[in-house]
Amino acid sequence: MTELSQASVSGLLLGAIYALVAVGLTLIFGVMDIVNFAHGDFLMAAMYITFFVWLYGRLDPLVSIPLAALAMAGFGILVYTVLIRRVLKGPVLSQIIVTFGLLVFMRGIAQLAFTANTRGIPDPLVGPVRLVIGGVVAGGAQLTAALGAIVCTVLVYLLLSRTELGSAINAVAQDADAARLMGIDPNRIHLLTWAVAGASVGVAGALLMNFFPVTPEIGAGFGLIAFVVVSMGGFGSLQGALIAGLAMGVIQDVVGLFQPAYGFAAIFALYLVIVMVRPQGLFGAR
Amino acid sequence: MGLLLFVYPFVVKDAFWQNVAVLALVSASAAAAWNLLGGITGQVSFGHSIFYGTGAYTTGYLLVRYGLSPWVGMAAGCLVAVALGIVIGFPVFRLRSHYFSIATIAMQQVIFIIVVNNKALGAATGIELPLREASLANLQFSTRDLLPYHLIALALLGVSSLAIWLFMQGKAGAYVKAIRDDEDVARAMGVPVRRYKLYALALSAAITSLAGSYYGMYSLFIDPNVVLSLNLSIAIVLVGVLGGAGSLWGPLVGAWVLQVIQEETRVRLSGAGNALDLVIYGLLVMLIAVVEPAGLIGIGRRLARRLPVRRRAVQR
Repeated sequence: MTELSQASVSGLLLGAIYALVAVGLTLIFGVMDIVNFAHGDFLMAAMYITFFVWLYGRLDPLVSIPLAALAMAGFGILVYTVLIRRVLKGPVLSQIIVTFGLLVFMRGIAQLAFTANTRGIPDPLVGPVRLVIGGVVAGGAQLTAALGAIVCTVLVYLLLSRTELGSAINAVAQDADAARLMGIDPNRIHLLTWAVAGASVGVAGALLMNFFPVTPEIGAGFGLIAFVVVSMGGFGSLQGALIAGLAMGVIQDVVGLFQPAYGFAAIFALYLVIVMVRPQGLFGAR
Repeated sequence: MGLLLFVYPFVVKDAFWQNVAVLALVSASAAAAWNLLGGITGQVSFGHSIFYGTGAYTTGYLLVRYGLSPWVGMAAGCLVAVALGIVIGFPVFRLRSHYFSIATIAMQQVIFIIVVNNKALGAATGIELPLREASLANLQFSTRDLLPYHLIALALLGVSSLAIWLFMQGKAGAYVKAIRDDEDVARAMGVPVRRYKLYALALSAAITSLAGSYYGMYSLFIDPNVVLSLNLSIAIVLVGVLGGAGSLWGPLVGAWVLQVIQEETRVRLSGAGNALDLVIYGLLVMLIAVVEPAGLIGIGRRLARRLPVRRRAVQR
């Protein structure tokens, strides 16, 4: 029983990170109908930034959160300006493969620059912290990550639902041409969307670096999970991403408890079942 | 073009370039198959290694376990791949564009995990194929001169291209193009959308499986991390897109360019070359998406169109 509750708690903590990684992906899709296949590799970049800031600057990952967020927001803007803006009016195939090319490119660069070595931070500030309730242990790093993930997801949600900028983003998502007539520049909104998406994945990367080592291939696994979370929750839906992310984490850890090899397969299988029954995802409107 | 590819192994005797040619022909077949589904029918699959792996595993398993000829294995692999394609395609074709692409990745992951945990299929280490007497029946030849390997790979590519070409000649060709251009309009015009997507997938799966079977026999080792990997799916898409999605010659051009880049960087930079080729592929794909979605073939056509115009201008 303790094992089961332990697996559920670990799963929830992991799931919160899944949700945060998925936020940027779902945001971009919701606003402009583009899937960023390189999203997992954005996370990888954020993790390397955090790692090297720690290695050379001796700054704890917690301190790097704003740095990684800022850097990744800038990177998001760069990617939008150089690549995405140019394929928005192009054929669907271009839209699908452009970020796919970016994924291959980023993975290659990371391998060239940092080699395939696994790099972790052995002594983060939150490392020694432990929370034990009724025999169930929650690591400090995981707790911080989950907490940060939830705070960040809620912030993005508030940004979208409570601010003027959020209304503008929603307007562009619904109808870019009509928004333009209302005096909103869709190009500027798209740019901001990529910046916010980049920043959120930057935060996720910094938080994850507290307990998860980085390799050039890390984007493959996390990126896949992000797609699955987003398609399951419904593309463009933040609540969907949060709930699906938490569910994925729990399922992965609980199934992994009984069948260690199949924890990962279980979430994909569940995803396939859900999208077959409900192609728009749990909270998607289509 | 065909003649050039036929003469090539009689003239070129360098082991490096012979190997590049065989691998390029095999990946051209797989990419042509992907192209039928992704480029022509507009269903961008990121899970084609499923079918490649199906071919390789079926052939290898039947050979090691029952001593069956690889030719039987190839045929069986095709059947299994078509069956698998229909089982996968039937539900997944409910999804469109990005949703479809993501579902194919998930399918590939599930199948990969199942296979690497299956002892009968060699689990994570894969299947090693036994060395047999060199003969056409055994589909094994001396590796000193890859001439026979080259000719069979060329024949496979020829048969595959012919099958795709024939498919495109009938009403199926018009239907799948209509589906790519606008699925809703196609359906409104009375095209049985899902059925024709499945036809395209079935043919695509069969050809990809052939390529996988042959690759397995060529390398005599079936490694799940190669033949069933996401990276292979990526490579198949890259070859198809790089040459020119939707064109018949595109995959062949793409396969040559990629194979040369891959082998060259590997030889020149040893271990690190593995990453440099990724960097180059990635750059090429981004460039193609942004500049010329019709791929290298499209760039070639554009140049060809421009040249005579310039000449005329000069004459004037």
